[in-house]
Amino acid sequence: MALQSLDIQRVSATTTPPPGVRQTIEVAKLIDVSKCIGCKACQAACMEWNDIRDEIGSNAGIYDNPRDLTADSWTVMRFSEVELEKDKLEWLIRKDGCMHCADPGCLKACPAPGAIVQYSNGIVDFHEEACIGCGYCIAGCPFNVPRISKKDNKAYKCTLCSDRVGVGMEPACVKSCPTGALVFGSKADMIEHAAERVVDLKERGYSNAGLYDPKGVGGTHVMYVLQHADQPELYHGLPKDPSISPMVALWKGVTKPLMSLGIGLVALAGFFHFIKVGPNEVEEESESELH
Amino acid sequence: MASLAPTFGRGAMTNHWVDIKNANVIVIMGGNAAEAHPCGFKWVTEAKAHNKARLIVVDPRFTRSAAVADYYAPIRSGSDIAFLGGMINYLLSHDKIQHEYVKKYSDATFLVNGDYNFDEGLFSGYDKDKRKYDKTSWSYQKGSDGFVLVDETLQNPRCVFNLMKQHYSRYTPEMVSKITGTPTEQFLHVCEMIAATSAPDKTTTFLYALGWTQHSIGSQNIRTMAMIQILLGNMGMAGGGINALRGHSNIQGLTDLGLLSNMLPGYMTLAGEKEQDFEGYLNARALKPLRPGQMSYWQNYPKFHVSLMKSWYGDAATKENNWCFDWLPKLDKVYDVLQVFELMHQGKMNGYFAQGFNPLASFPNKAKIGEALAKLKYLVIIDPLATETSEFWKNFAEFNDVDSSKIQTEVFRLPSTCFAEEDGSLVSSSRVLQWHYKGADAPGEARGDAEIIAGLFLKLREMYKQEGGAFPDAILNTTWPYKIPDSPSSEELAKEFNGKALADVTDPKDATKVLAKAGEQLASFAHLRDDGSTSAGCWIFTGSWSQAGNLMERRDNSDPSGLGNTLNWAYAWPANRRILYNRASCDASGKPWDAKRKVISWNAKESKWTGMDVPDMRPDAAPEENVGPFIMNPEGVARLFAVDKMAEGPFPEHYEPFETPIGTNPLHPNVISNPAARVFKDDLEAFGKARDFPYVGTTYRLTEHFHYWTKHVRLNAILQPEQFVEIGEELAKSKGIKAGDKVKVSSNRGHIKAVAVVTKRLKMLSVNGQPVHTVGIPIHWGFKGLAKNGYLANTLTPFVGDANTQTPEFKSFLVNIEKA
Amino acid sequence: MSIKTNLVVRYSANERMNHWLVAITFIMLALSGLALFHPAFYFLSNLFGGGPWSRILHPFIGVVMFVSFLGLIVKFWGHNYITNADREWQKHLGEIMANKARNLPEVGKYNIGQKYLFWSLVVVVPMLMLSGFIVWRPYFAPFFSISIIRLAVLIHALAAFIAIVAIIVHVYAAIWTKGSIRAMTRGTVTTAWAKHHHPAWYKEISKDAKL
Repeated sequence: MALQSLDIQRVSATTTPPPGVRQTIEVAKLIDVSKCIGCKACQAACMEWNDIRDEIGSNAGIYDNPRDLTADSWTVMRFSEVELEKDKLEWLIRKDGCMHCADPGCLKACPAPGAIVQYSNGIVDFHEEACIGCGYCIAGCPFNVPRISKKDNKAYKCTLCSDRVGVGMEPACVKSCPTGALVFGSKADMIEHAAERVVDLKERGYSNAGLYDPKGVGGTHVMYVLQHADQPELYHGLPKDPSISPMVALWKGVTKPLMSLGIGLVALAGFFHFIKVGPNEVEEESESELH
Repeated sequence: MASLAPTFGRGAMTNHWVDIKNANVIVIMGGNAAEAHPCGFKWVTEAKAHNKARLIVVDPRFTRSAAVADYYAPIRSGSDIAFLGGMINYLLSHDKIQHEYVKKYSDATFLVNGDYNFDEGLFSGYDKDKRKYDKTSWSYQKGSDGFVLVDETLQNPRCVFNLMKQHYSRYTPEMVSKITGTPTEQFLHVCEMIAATSAPDKTTTFLYALGWTQHSIGSQNIRTMAMIQILLGNMGMAGGGINALRGHSNIQGLTDLGLLSNMLPGYMTLAGEKEQDFEGYLNARALKPLRPGQMSYWQNYPKFHVSLMKSWYGDAATKENNWCFDWLPKLDKVYDVLQVFELMHQGKMNGYFAQGFNPLASFPNKAKIGEALAKLKYLVIIDPLATETSEFWKNFAEFNDVDSSKIQTEVFRLPSTCFAEEDGSLVSSSRVLQWHYKGADAPGEARGDAEIIAGLFLKLREMYKQEGGAFPDAILNTTWPYKIPDSPSSEELAKEFNGKALADVTDPKDATKVLAKAGEQLASFAHLRDDGSTSAGCWIFTGSWSQAGNLMERRDNSDPSGLGNTLNWAYAWPANRRILYNRASCDASGKPWDAKRKVISWNAKESKWTGMDVPDMRPDAAPEENVGPFIMNPEGVARLFAVDKMAEGPFPEHYEPFETPIGTNPLHPNVISNPAARVFKDDLEAFGKARDFPYVGTTYRLTEHFHYWTKHVRLNAILQPEQFVEIGEELAKSKGIKAGDKVKVSSNRGHIKAVAVVTKRLKMLSVNGQPVHTVGIPIHWGFKGLAKNGYLANTLTPFVGDANTQTPEFKSFLVNIEKA
Repeated sequence: MSIKTNLVVRYSANERMNHWLVAITFIMLALSGLALFHPAFYFLSNLFGGGPWSRILHPFIGVVMFVSFLGLIVKFWGHNYITNADREWQKHLGEIMANKARNLPEVGKYNIGQKYLFWSLVVVVPMLMLSGFIVWRPYFAPFFSISIIRLAVLIHALAAFIAIVAIIVHVYAAIWTKGSIRAMTRGTVTTAWAKHHHPAWYKEISKDAKL
């Protein structure tokens, strides 16, 4: 969460234009899964920089720990053992966290004005002081990322270190990555870098290597280089073609204005009906008839 | 390090971290760099990204390193020599060696003593009762001039090359597969990839760590790989060499400063009890060249030694008293940790100082360590953390089930600082001494280690002064030149290690030229003298704090060659040299083997060696002089044949772990395990057999933790909270174990309970016709700290070490596993 | 005799209280629900102490309304069966709306419009309760999958829309039809009102009274 009021391009639950006169470069974090060794330095850096500490958990028979994203763990490594060919095991390790969609489902779903913003650099940020804790962002997210804190009932997720990026630094996770699996820069540069990596991977026999920048959510500001871009599901269920769920789109799309309008029209219809035909009164004579 | 020195002359990583990026092929074997050295691993990814390098991982487990490798081959723990020996056989039989390099820069041409022999698993000279070799026959044939006889044609059957060929001819691909469990085609694929770098313009580099050292044949594992690097011509080359990755940030510094019971600083050694004569002591170490014109740099041993003694004893060290040689202890045997705990266990020790050391957790057979500690009168713990050792006497239920009332040991816990709470230098694996600054004050009553030791020393000295004692001289005469005697500063110590001129030091060629005035810091160990006019606390560090100041704090990372040799970044021993043996990067005429990776070359115009590194050679030694590139060896060349430097033989031979799952050695069934390894009587009985403990246990580290420290740190505890063991799917199925189940793993020495991680990454191997399963046991848990309490993994491990270093066999032993 | 003698009892005190409990909670739910539904209504959250309080209170109020509504169901169920006469009545809706209706089929306690209201609420209120339960944070939502939650929020919105529209119609009908509101405030209506709007019902209660 950072205080950047001049370069906001979208605000949740707000129908008027946000303050967006300042234009910043569109940024992106590129996660090269083929270089990732799963060391979790990024997780530690994230906890350090953001001063968040999850509970000391337990081992569930896997390497993943903490086992899932939480309000205190904004990024976790997901380990998948995959054997596409016999005797050719692959240990695919994916850093999971907010993808910073260009078309963010969380922001679309959020009912609290200003609780979720998207900066012109593409970062989707939660402003927890405006968050009401309804969890609609969770329903809206195609990647199952936001989590509600048990302590304060606010939604939390990766900020892409908007506070660091805002002052010209890279996100903490990128800073800590020892192998260069995480890189950060302008989205254009990251796409170019990814293209080089894909050439290298193809040369090493990964004929389906590619960039994961799903169009269904308008592209993302966290992208992956995948050895098997044709099967993103291999990477602990990374959705193949994510988009905002049609139900969410319907809910926060046409229904919102249509229903509001519908309610208004019904009320108005009643009013004008009254004005036109007047009250439905029992006639005097029938009233007096009784006497 | 006891395998690199016998081969190349110095016991250290030959290249450096950044240089890994220059390799064409990177082999990670006997280590898991991505897991244990994630930061340094960056240079592997650099090599892959910018040099199209291929990464090969050979490991019993599909590790985090394997996750990013181009090729992975499984291997049974403890069978590396068979794999590498097979590779030597492959290189020789497929003629994939760099001939000129091998001929010129190794002892391939040297003729070996006629009595040397290898038969059925034993080298000549074995004494079965002492479990020791008489190494006399492990030597070269010498001419009347005292120099070794050579055969440049490599025809003589007694030349090293042919003996080596003969020795490894038994390591056929089939035999390799039979011993290692590595499928033949996978083994051959690895050989092929590595063999391609025998071309002069291609290099392989090997990264290894404790996966090779922590075996009863640990040193020989490394030596086998060192031999491969000689055959491929990769030593001295940028992107080549041998990269021994150290497990602690400053463990290189520990060995450099000689903090081993038989060592003195700078890889000098203490005298044995038979070496009471000072001249004899020096002569045995100041080795004369074995071939004409060689530097045999250890000839300067007296200069280093006398300078050390002047540093320690100052004016009390004189020529007349042999520079206090008599004050140094003379060893009857090596007092390594296993030996010390054996003695302690026998009740022969009263007190023990564990400084930055947690032996209950980090040494084998926890039960024995605990029993040994209970026999002490006092135990002093100097550590930033409340270690398990410091509470070995306390009952922690199942994790440390002891009866406190029966333990009388008095424990003193002296809290010390950690690295971030003090200024000082760390020596990285790359031999780089890098100065760092205190980041925070130490909490509570913690004091720096130097301050604690100084306090003890001053008190002891005072007591010796007042009360006398059996042998006060060494204590009373120790120099103590620190401004605040109670608290020597890191700066003062660093300057002391570097050394200074006690009188004017002049150029031996020109006595009028003063190299260093009395009182000045010395710029090079070449300025050290054996006449008492210089002092140096650790000669290999000389130059790190010269008159130019503290060179360890330099932070200029400019890299004019692009090869990553940043000579102005901190300071690398020796002499700020970044790639050891870099003379070998050039052919005999002084021209680089590969122009793209020119480290140094002979500059005929200026008549000296020049380049982007400090030449590992006398600067003016013209190529015609034929001075060999391995200047520390009296041979001037690297040793394929280790002569008498190794305990179990001049050529590495595969021996089974002391707890072997197959119960035999397919190469020689009568000699199964290392015949020269030291085994204590009780420990022999504590070895388990495969019929009771059918699975191979191997311990290792996880990237989320650092040894037994970080379980005290909340962040790390969050990232990997609870003890687990890993097993393959086949074994899990046969035992009815599911991921997340609690399991009990037992060896003949005890048991642990942990959560089971069931994985595809551990596969069953077929070894000697039988299935072998591996149980992986990460070590990081214990009964102190913030992570969930767990068992000390070393409850399971056997009390036996490598025959040369006594590094315990943590990587290969036998266990059973069942659902708890 | 005062004019009171011309009154007939339509709702007991308990029925009236029950109705108004439902009505008040419904309005609170509609206001707080709308606040979270469209930004244009977000200001309504101020009525409940702000966004977080709207979010916190809404489901609890919902439970109160649901339970109270059960009471109405029990009490009114029997009066809401749709009859042939109702269907016949419905055919004259246009005339009725224009205040020009004459000679209508006799209507019982409730006309078909009121019955539609009843049955639609019988359907949507439990829907609201169930879908609301699924999205209720922090207590119950974590037990459901995201796709179920997405379906639930959509259903909740649609059901709420139906309910709100139905209630607006209900409220307007009460205002439009003079003499109706006192049925729920005082419990009585005039006999003329009863005879005019619900003659069948009036006959029934008169018969009862004569017995």
